[in-house]
Amino acid sequence: MEVIAFYTFAIAIIASFLIVVTSKNVLYSMSALASGMVLISGLFFLLNAEFLGVVQIIVYTGAVIALYAFAMIFFDSAKDVKESRRSRAIFLLSTFSSILLVLLMTIPMSSDAVSALYPMHQDVGNAQDVGMVLFTKYLIPFEVAAVMLLVAMVGGIVMAGKKMDRYLGNDKEEISK
Amino acid sequence: MITLEDYIVLATLLFMIGLYGVIVRTNLLMLFFATEIMLNSVNIALVAISNYYEDLTGQMFAFFIIAIAASEVAIGLGLLILWYKRHGNIDLNTLKSMKG
Repeated sequence: MEVIAFYTFAIAIIASFLIVVTSKNVLYSMSALASGMVLISGLFFLLNAEFLGVVQIIVYTGAVIALYAFAMIFFDSAKDVKESRRSRAIFLLSTFSSILLVLLMTIPMSSDAVSALYPMHQDVGNAQDVGMVLFTKYLIPFEVAAVMLLVAMVGGIVMAGKKMDRYLGNDKEEISK
Repeated sequence: MITLEDYIVLATLLFMIGLYGVIVRTNLLMLFFATEIMLNSVNIALVAISNYYEDLTGQMFAFFIIAIAASEVAIGLGLLILWYKRHGNIDLNTLKSMKG
């Protein structure tokens, strides 16, 4: 059962993310990204991380994709994007470097010296467990993250909302309007 | 039975897709999408490790990565909208104001 679920989710995620990076249309790309995010939350549920699965749906598909969708108002999203192709050598190099990077990060796990710093409790649910660790061991990072989100919100409002009623470009015809 | 390695391989594949997107796309919005893919692939790896070692630290890091991704999108889209208003496109090749 777990095997079927894993492979179904994995193939669906890879397919939708391939659409994201290869599609010519921004709207198709964004829809595929949203579906990929929802499918990733399925993987989180499979990994007994219910809290993160819910957060993934709420934050990524609810907030991030909605933010992108609203930002589409400002861009010409209906027409296809024209892009200059880059060389194939860079692609091969990036493949090798990403494999190398992941190996660098994951090889230390094969050591036996890895032990749990904050072990899970079997008698309580995942959300409760996450809450206990988050509000005791990770309280300061949590508060800093809250301040960071506030700063990001203010920055986003200031930059996107600046002079919304006026044209900022350097096109002469638009300025004379 | 699904092992930790399967999840790591999946995360690697998704990371490669994201990196491919970052390398190939020149539209800045598409570049942002590719960045989201890379962040998500790292989240999968962290949560999988957290589950198989029965340790909550991975989930904590995934949680903070989600928070960072949210603020990155807010700031990045603000800058992108500002750039689009001034220059009329968001192609990476037009961002050459630093060129001597």
